[in-house]
Amino acid sequence: MVTEYKEGSVGAELGQREFKVVGTRPPRPDGVDKVTGRALFGADLTAPGMLHATILRSPHAHAKIVSIDTSAALAMDGVKAVVTSDDFVKQGGSGNQDTLDNCMARGKVFYDGHAVVAVAATSVMVANAALKLIKVEYEILPHETDVDAAMLDSAPVLHAGRKFRNIPEGNNANVSGFWEFGHGDIDEGFAKADIIVERSFKTAATHQGYIEPHATLATMGPDGRGEIWVSTQGHYMVRDLSAAFVGMETSQLRVTAAEIGGGFGGKTTVYLEPVALALSKKSGRPVKMVMTREEVFRASGPTTSSSTDVKIGMTKDGRITAGQAKPRYQGGAYPNITAMLGAMTAFASYDLEAVQTQAWNVLTNRPKQAAYRAPGAPMAIYTVESVIDELCQKLDLDPIEVRLMNAAKKGTLSSYGPTFDEIGLVATLEAAKAHPHYAAPLGPNQGRGVSCGFWFNFAGNTSVSMGINEDGTVSVIEGNPDIGGSRASISMMAAEELGIPFDKVRTIVGDTNSIGFNDVTDGSRVTFSVGLATIKAARAAIQNMCGRAAQVWGIDADAVDWVDGAAVPTGHNAGEFPPMTLAEIAADSAKTGGPIAGHHEVNADGAGVSFGVHLVDVEVDPETGFTEIKRYTVFQDAGKAIHPDYVEGQMQGGAVQGIGWALNEEYIYGEDGKLQNAGFLDYRIPVASDLPMIDAVILEIPNPGHPYGVRGVGETGIVPPLAAVANGVSHAAGVRMSELPMSPPRILAAIDGAK
Amino acid sequence: MRFESPDTIEQAVELLNTCDGISRLLAGGTDVLVQLRLALVEPDLIVDIKNIAGMRNITAEDGGFRIGAAVSGAEMGEHEGLVALWPGVVEAMELVGSTQVQGRATLAGNLCNASPAADSVPAMVVANAVARIVGPNGTRDCPVIDIPVGPSKTSLAKGEVITSIYLPARPDNSGDAYLRFIPRTEMDIAVSSAGVNLTIDSAGVVTQAQVSLGAVAPTVLVVDDAAKAIIGTKLDDDAISALQAACSAACNPIDDKRGTVEFRTKTAGVMAKRAALIAYSRAGGSK
Repeated sequence: MVTEYKEGSVGAELGQREFKVVGTRPPRPDGVDKVTGRALFGADLTAPGMLHATILRSPHAHAKIVSIDTSAALAMDGVKAVVTSDDFVKQGGSGNQDTLDNCMARGKVFYDGHAVVAVAATSVMVANAALKLIKVEYEILPHETDVDAAMLDSAPVLHAGRKFRNIPEGNNANVSGFWEFGHGDIDEGFAKADIIVERSFKTAATHQGYIEPHATLATMGPDGRGEIWVSTQGHYMVRDLSAAFVGMETSQLRVTAAEIGGGFGGKTTVYLEPVALALSKKSGRPVKMVMTREEVFRASGPTTSSSTDVKIGMTKDGRITAGQAKPRYQGGAYPNITAMLGAMTAFASYDLEAVQTQAWNVLTNRPKQAAYRAPGAPMAIYTVESVIDELCQKLDLDPIEVRLMNAAKKGTLSSYGPTFDEIGLVATLEAAKAHPHYAAPLGPNQGRGVSCGFWFNFAGNTSVSMGINEDGTVSVIEGNPDIGGSRASISMMAAEELGIPFDKVRTIVGDTNSIGFNDVTDGSRVTFSVGLATIKAARAAIQNMCGRAAQVWGIDADAVDWVDGAAVPTGHNAGEFPPMTLAEIAADSAKTGGPIAGHHEVNADGAGVSFGVHLVDVEVDPETGFTEIKRYTVFQDAGKAIHPDYVEGQMQGGAVQGIGWALNEEYIYGEDGKLQNAGFLDYRIPVASDLPMIDAVILEIPNPGHPYGVRGVGETGIVPPLAAVANGVSHAAGVRMSELPMSPPRILAAIDGAK
Repeated sequence: MRFESPDTIEQAVELLNTCDGISRLLAGGTDVLVQLRLALVEPDLIVDIKNIAGMRNITAEDGGFRIGAAVSGAEMGEHEGLVALWPGVVEAMELVGSTQVQGRATLAGNLCNASPAADSVPAMVVANAVARIVGPNGTRDCPVIDIPVGPSKTSLAKGEVITSIYLPARPDNSGDAYLRFIPRTEMDIAVSSAGVNLTIDSAGVVTQAQVSLGAVAPTVLVVDDAAKAIIGTKLDDDAISALQAACSAACNPIDDKRGTVEFRTKTAGVMAKRAALIAYSRAGGSK
């Protein structure tokens, strides 16, 4: 019999459990495939008779589509099918309709790069030649790409009637959402302050920057059944949306997730998949679509840009008396809730008596935003952490001491509503304070920045299935694309629970027909939720195996325990029979009742919030405004690190993406509303030589919601770098920076302006 | 699109001279292939010159070096004699692109692409480099400074091909250097840049100098006032400040996504100042 953990009540014991597999660092199971080129990514599949499709995109930032004439393109040799928005099924919900309209513009184009027509032909060259024969008549409309300008009464209206929340009076039609959080009397709080700092900040839109462009292969036969192969973070999502958009039943579409070359939230929606499926439906041939890098930038992602006013009051000994933030986000032409997440996270690190956040989402003529690692949080927390740093500077207080004094802890009423359970912020701050990095001397033109970060973490719908093979090995099927090492961590948790070595388990990502539904790989949910379901599935299998042993031994099933990968008799039967291993039970399974498997399906919760603290030393060249990252250390609570290499990788990757966001990454629009830097040359993500080794310190404050104490670690790491780097630069340059990216021209102008 | 890979320069010239449409010469291809992939150009003819004898050689000549038009940046960086003689030119070429691009990118190609921000050109200009050109009317030599005439435009006539670049001999106690400003540490395009070549006497006094700037005008600028500011000095602070000011005064840049006029003007002077100090040190001067 298995000792059932009572989830939610074992926080203290979790830290005591001794693990055999969990916490070790075995080689990654997908490593050999990836370094030898055997791994199959989105663009790697071909099919007999396959066509290639490309997309005609809007050259305008905002225009009415008056007419589309595809006749000449269709008449061209090698062209097999053409689709426009007319070829898709109108959707009931506004959210899905927006996603469809973003895949293929309906009536209006809302941004430079918006898809208008797709052509499937015998080659990419033929398809591209056909695009040139398509005549689209546009009626050009005024456009706006800036969040503050789009809120003005003079701004062009993108959609009428798309306000989906209670919008306060005085907001124009482009304001699609408004949210408010907080508690306490904000005015009273500010009245108690010895000092108040009020500042406005801006952050640029940044792209997730995954190296693998969107790519898919879709087929649909005359029997109405379809298949999609795709680079995605969620193939069930691709299935549901694509099936709905072309008007087929979910069961008739099977979607397989390819090996994925990065997503970071950007592959949690559809762009090409329904289009390829519709083209295949029309042509009767498999259709492959691969975005160019330019298309990725112009038409997928990015995250929101923001403009935020922040006001924080502090006593002279460092206690925050009140905090207020007013973030305004734009995420392109369709409503989204990223601003809400910004408002919720802005002050989440602090235990405050009075806090108020109000957020606005504003529609602009930019591509539809997609999730990007802790969506909404980095830019909101950047503004708050910058003001706290300035207060510390003005009061001559230690920035970590001040954060410790105000840190949220177990029992804190959070700024967004819930009361926190076991959380790791204080431990993380203490670790940063005690680390040699914090005491290291700084050279000339150098500055040190500190920032806290927070992310909720999600859980959600999850299915896992595992088979106990006759040779004593275990095959696990999960339904979430592996973007951060889940095949390793799931195998490790299965091995841990079953009491067998890691290399006896192989985990694969099944297609949509192999197991039950799974939410998208997002919200740092997979190690938590899929891990939880895997442990439960293993326990189901163990229960079955204990029963088999009991049957062989002729004793009661509940007199059998599972110890170190074997059934053992307990109670008065203890020692009566030698342990029966998993391999022995599996080998005889045909004789004892048939195949042995375990599965578990759950809509999980209890993900457990996550906090991190980043320390960075920067050096600013006073003559050029160039910032060099000299030293960087990440401290983050992982609950329990299943595979520490991957956990460190997540922390390092988040830090690096945040550094890029802080220093150089930005969507640059011209007066004409066109994106000017749709490529990695002028959209500058950091290259390896830009960075020092990012040191990662893992804290383990067990999450009571998970059998092993796991918290998601994928997103929190991108939250602190924006403010940490900005605070470091502000100290190094001797001038407070309040706009991202802090590109060299911007820093040099600030330095010269302060002279 | 026709792709030709002739064995002789005469065939290459003939192909280019008789092509009625758009033609492109392919050496390393690190610019041409990017232009093709971005659909910036759809040539009717591409002529690959890598198979022509001599194109991939670095040859000693009259105390200097002749660098074939298809010699890669990586090959230049591995040539000890060349690195010893013109370190500034080699370091400029080695800044182009990434390690992978270095295996292909060429000095002549960087010149003929005629980007105002080309890294090797300011360094070649101060080195008094000379391009050898073969065309329908025979062979001629032309100073590198006279090849680019504006963004993406060269003075080369139809059918003309640069076959090599000659870096001349130089006096003892000479040094050159090239620096550029980019927002990151590699794989980027100069926002501003400067090349400096100078010679000093036994007392450490600069006897001759040339200063050039990149990315701050439609073509590379030669800044005589900056050179004059350091000739006759030991690169003392006043001389350096005068050089920096002269460089900034000479700038005529544009505002674009890579940098503002103000930023380019200021950093061009900073790059020139720092390059001059490196060149001075390479010449054997000590400060």
